[in-house]
Amino acid sequence: MTEAARGDVDVDGAGIAVSLREVTKTYDNGVMALGPIDLQVRKGELVSLLGPSGCGKSTALRIIAGLEAPTSGTVRIGSRVVNDVEAKDRDVSMVFQTYALYPHMSVQRNIEFPLKSRGMPRDERATRVREAARGLGLEGLLDRKPAQLSGGQRQRVALARAIVRRPAAFLMDEPLSNLDAKLRVQTRAELIELHRRLAATVVYVTHDQVEAMTMGDRIAILDRGVLQQIGPPQAVYDEPANLFVAQFIGSPSMNTIGARVVADSEAVAVELPGARIMLPAPTGAAVARAGADDVVLGVRPEHVRIDGGQLPATVSVVESLGHERHVVCRLDDGTMVIVREAADASPARAGDAVGLSVPSEHLHVFDAGSGRRVAV
Amino acid sequence: MRGEAGVTEGRPVRRRFAIVARYALLTVLAAIVLFPVYMAVVGSLLKTEQITSRPPTMLPTHPTWDSYSTAWSAGHLATYLRNSAIVAVIITCGQVVTAILAGYAFAFLEFPFRRTLFVVFIATLMVPFEVTIITNLNTIVSLHWYNTYAGLTVPFLATGFGAFLLRQAFLGIPRDLQDAAALDGYGHLRFMTRVAVPLARPAIAALAVFGFLSAWNQYLWPLLITKNDQLRTVQIGLRQLRATSIEQVNVTLAGVVLAALPLVVLLVVFQKQLVRGLTAGAVKG
Repeated sequence: MTEAARGDVDVDGAGIAVSLREVTKTYDNGVMALGPIDLQVRKGELVSLLGPSGCGKSTALRIIAGLEAPTSGTVRIGSRVVNDVEAKDRDVSMVFQTYALYPHMSVQRNIEFPLKSRGMPRDERATRVREAARGLGLEGLLDRKPAQLSGGQRQRVALARAIVRRPAAFLMDEPLSNLDAKLRVQTRAELIELHRRLAATVVYVTHDQVEAMTMGDRIAILDRGVLQQIGPPQAVYDEPANLFVAQFIGSPSMNTIGARVVADSEAVAVELPGARIMLPAPTGAAVARAGADDVVLGVRPEHVRIDGGQLPATVSVVESLGHERHVVCRLDDGTMVIVREAADASPARAGDAVGLSVPSEHLHVFDAGSGRRVAV
Repeated sequence: MRGEAGVTEGRPVRRRFAIVARYALLTVLAAIVLFPVYMAVVGSLLKTEQITSRPPTMLPTHPTWDSYSTAWSAGHLATYLRNSAIVAVIITCGQVVTAILAGYAFAFLEFPFRRTLFVVFIATLMVPFEVTIITNLNTIVSLHWYNTYAGLTVPFLATGFGAFLLRQAFLGIPRDLQDAAALDGYGHLRFMTRVAVPLARPAIAALAVFGFLSAWNQYLWPLLITKNDQLRTVQIGLRQLRATSIEQVNVTLAGVVLAALPLVVLLVVFQKQLVRGLTAGAVKG
């Protein structure tokens, strides 16, 4: 694993709220859900676990929660190893995608349910519930049953139930997936505010990269049980560790074009379908060092320009989104390249033959075999 | 245009006709089902000499409650009804408790041979009670439970049907709720009592009503296992009532009506839960 892919942030462990060390999970049927994974979440930090369905992100969360046992490795909450500690004693609370509200209980009873089990006196319970309800705008709904609430209100009740315990960490499993698009944006903003207000440690599982990018202090990208990269959203976007991350983060996703490395005594160039591009010196040197013959070039749609550049292409579709346009082009060998343009840029039309250019500073180079980024 | 208007007007008329036809059919079927019950009630309100009159009396013009008081006092119905109530309540409570525990285990706990054991539970539904009656009788006698409430009730305290019904109901509870409860500090026992059981209430009510109904209607087993009137239940009581008042069908019918009354009350009270319990999970949501 590369340094960038490791979740290490703090060597001595102080200031760490949640930590996974070499954690694996293999199910009885032999399916490996989680490879050895290292992840450390600082106190007060919001880390998004991002990846496609079945990548192991929910498994990781459930292992932290204590709802599933890891096959190997160490799980810590704060400085305490919790591998053998029951879920209820781990001092974490969880918000579920389905909200998991108790349908037969009122909002009030739902929120105070975790406090009741811990034998908290009635007065203190009432105070805590009132505080949580006030913070989330639920005061008028305390006597209602979950069935009488809207999706957004149910979500807030689930949050209140998590908050009321004041746990060491919040675990959120796709909490916004069941909301409609408009409400999701609104609730996302509320969650960010809540996170800041409570200075809460949050591990946030999502398959939505926009959610992960906008909410996470750092994002951890998983694929097939393996942590691909962890870092601040912008860093992950700017310097994806491998092809998977490059294509998973960003919408539309990064264009990738297969290329052959052609090195002569002076410089390193790559041959693309219909063009040859000289690589800038540091990138060229790195490619030469890596010794790869075949590479994959990556370029974000916003960095490709239709300006009569040296890469010949044909426009196949133009998608107008109002504020911007996505121009889908095909290279000579059929490779698709999407260009993101401002809405007022000169309009290309389907069927036009165009020349594309890519500023070399925005080129990402990946090893065609391993998919890893060729580090400059 | 006229044609179209005709079509749109025609539909509601046809639909209304279909509704009327459906209700007419349901009314006829209900009348067929309820007719014997009605005749039993009518018969119980007649005098002995009226009941054999031809054509039979369909509407009692001078109803009398005499046969009820005769059935109650001469037929010792109070004792029989009390015994039946005790037996039915014990059996119902037993069945509900064992079905909750077994159903919960099959739905939520992981243990070896869970599936096999469940199949064995289900298989017991295919064994008629008559097949096991001799063995059960021997067991009860060897336990010295002959002619006791224990003998009357213990063989019926657990049923495969109950475990099956409640397992299905518990499986309908989202897994997330159990996870949430685990994090909220509730183990299996408290999750079962605070969350699973309240959510499975319709199925539990259905099971309770069926349990009570079958216990109340038992005839063969109480007859075998008891030897005196102190412990005999109402169905045997009715049989004896019929034997002793062979000339007075109205008295027998009054006894039948009295014996059925608790069940009618039970069904009316639990009707809503019962229907919900039996159709639970049949449709989404």
